[in-house]
Amino acid sequence: MDVELIRLTKRYGHTTAVDGIDLKVRSGAYCCLLGPSGCGKTTTLRMIGGHETVSSGDVVIGPKAVGDATPAERGTAMMFQSYALFPHLNCRDNVAFSLKMRGIGKTERRAKALAMLDLVQMAHLAERLPAQLSGGQQQRVALARALVTGPKVLLLDEPLSALDPFLRVRMRTELKRLQAELGITFIHVTHSQEEAMALSDLVVVMNGGRIEQAADPRTIFERPATAFVARFIGGHNIIRLPDATEVAVRADRMRLGAEAGPGAVPARVVSIEYQGTSVHVGFEADGLGGSGAAALTAVIDDGAYAGHPLALGQTVPLGWDAAAAHRLSA
Amino acid sequence: MTDTALSSLPAIAKTPAVTAPTTSLTAKTRRRRALAYLQAAPLALVFLVFFVVPLALTLIVSFWSYNEYEIIPAFTVQNYIDVFEGCLNTADACTTVRTYLSTLKFCALTWVFTLVIGFTVAYFVAFHVRSKTMQMALFLVCTIPFWTSNVIRMISWIPLLGRNGLVNDTLMGMGLIKSPIEGLLYSDFSVVLAFVHLNTVFMIVPIFNSMARIDRSLIEAAYDSGATGWQTLWNVVVPLAKPGIAIGSIFVITLVMGDFVTVGVMGGQQIASVGKVIQVQMSALQLPAAAANAVVLLGAVMLMIVAMTRLIDLRKEL
Repeated sequence: MDVELIRLTKRYGHTTAVDGIDLKVRSGAYCCLLGPSGCGKTTTLRMIGGHETVSSGDVVIGPKAVGDATPAERGTAMMFQSYALFPHLNCRDNVAFSLKMRGIGKTERRAKALAMLDLVQMAHLAERLPAQLSGGQQQRVALARALVTGPKVLLLDEPLSALDPFLRVRMRTELKRLQAELGITFIHVTHSQEEAMALSDLVVVMNGGRIEQAADPRTIFERPATAFVARFIGGHNIIRLPDATEVAVRADRMRLGAEAGPGAVPARVVSIEYQGTSVHVGFEADGLGGSGAAALTAVIDDGAYAGHPLALGQTVPLGWDAAAAHRLSA
Repeated sequence: MTDTALSSLPAIAKTPAVTAPTTSLTAKTRRRRALAYLQAAPLALVFLVFFVVPLALTLIVSFWSYNEYEIIPAFTVQNYIDVFEGCLNTADACTTVRTYLSTLKFCALTWVFTLVIGFTVAYFVAFHVRSKTMQMALFLVCTIPFWTSNVIRMISWIPLLGRNGLVNDTLMGMGLIKSPIEGLLYSDFSVVLAFVHLNTVFMIVPIFNSMARIDRSLIEAAYDSGATGWQTLWNVVVPLAKPGIAIGSIFVITLVMGDFVTVGVMGGQQIASVGKVIQVQMSALQLPAAAANAVVLLGAVMLMIVAMTRLIDLRKEL
């Protein structure tokens, strides 16, 4: 179902955690709320899920504003960051919990819970207690528990942050597969731009309780709206031009030496990092950062770098394709 | 008692030496083991002197004989026969059975009231009081009654509940009753009231302790799963507070089963209890008979505790 936020605001005393945000997530989309800690993304998620009261504004799920409705009435389900599995219940009963609360009989709810555990490949461990499972397994059980009632919207609060990097990538694929299979709306909070890029149809970059930009991942990366977005998703140089406007240039679109073009400035090499398929070269250039030296990065294809290797402290002309420069709003 | 304790002292001290002759051990391992025994020794000693020895002595004395003026160290089971005298007669319950039933009744009533009150208070402090400072303050308030002695706390009920006490006076003054209510003091009611007053805190503390460990996100997860407040209480909070409930129940049950002061003072010395029987026998210097009663009481309390832990484990399966 569509989820729409209208002037949604959350205040705690004198601090404003979420500051009048508007957002529309269409039905069946995978939406990531992306931002640094304290940007209001988790508070927003909790307001959508009915775990936090709304100070002003509205959450609209499907046809109507949800007001003070309980999560079950909203048709949302939340997967908690710590998983929040009931330690005294085995996996099957954890998954069957919400069915039990709805008064569904033992045989039926157990069968449904097992089917759901099967969907996340955990049916063989149905009798285990949460404490007897690894982090990744607990996460699958938490996912099954959230999905068992057939929610219209699944809310995920940093679901992958507690996993090790390899497992994180695997679970990421699995989340995407499940979302495609079930066709329901996923709203996923994360502070990892990589995760947001990999999963979403809609990336919502938040900062200081406001939405900086909401767009598909490609637009976010190609045309970041603000300097904050460009910095947060990485891979961009933010350059202040002589006319005081700021542009973002992708680090892989920087040009060196002979290719640098007429607008090139001299830049000093301050770091060289070999990354396999590419080399990341750090520069300091006077005159591109307003006052003082600007720290810039160029990502150079490893083959091209091998042809023209650089040394630390060397000064080379540094420029960029005019077409690659994207103007930022203040 | 001291003699027995002292004679068993060297046995503990020698224990490290016992492992020493084992040939294949290196000197280092042996030293480590000796150190481990040494570290366990102080607690073992305390247990021995204050727990094992008195219990063993009670058991031994319960099999001794006695007459009007002395205890005779000769083996006999007469004390136990006396305890259960007439109990094989099915038509009419014997004194011991009737005494136990009366004590069990107090125990059950006290347990129910302390559990309900203790759980409610602990729940309020753990879940509805947000600040840690306030929780601590309320917790200290719960312990204020313990600043005075048990007996004083009991006696303070007397001017309140007596025939011409505050309660009766007030009710008569308001015209709600014409003559004083008789059963307020020196009755089952006053005994249970005093028991609940004295023992509720033993329920509050362990239950609060269990509740404080419950992850708040579990409550949110239950809410997210569509559970109502009562469903969350019954399906999440109660099962996770069970260890605290069990510990609190053990405290209350053992305290009430062995009590003789409260039943004496609040029952006007008219109500029987197992503890009271033992106390009367002791004051009559019938120590072997008192010891036999104490052993039977110990067995009964242990059975209750075993049964209770079984029940709680079984509940886990549901």
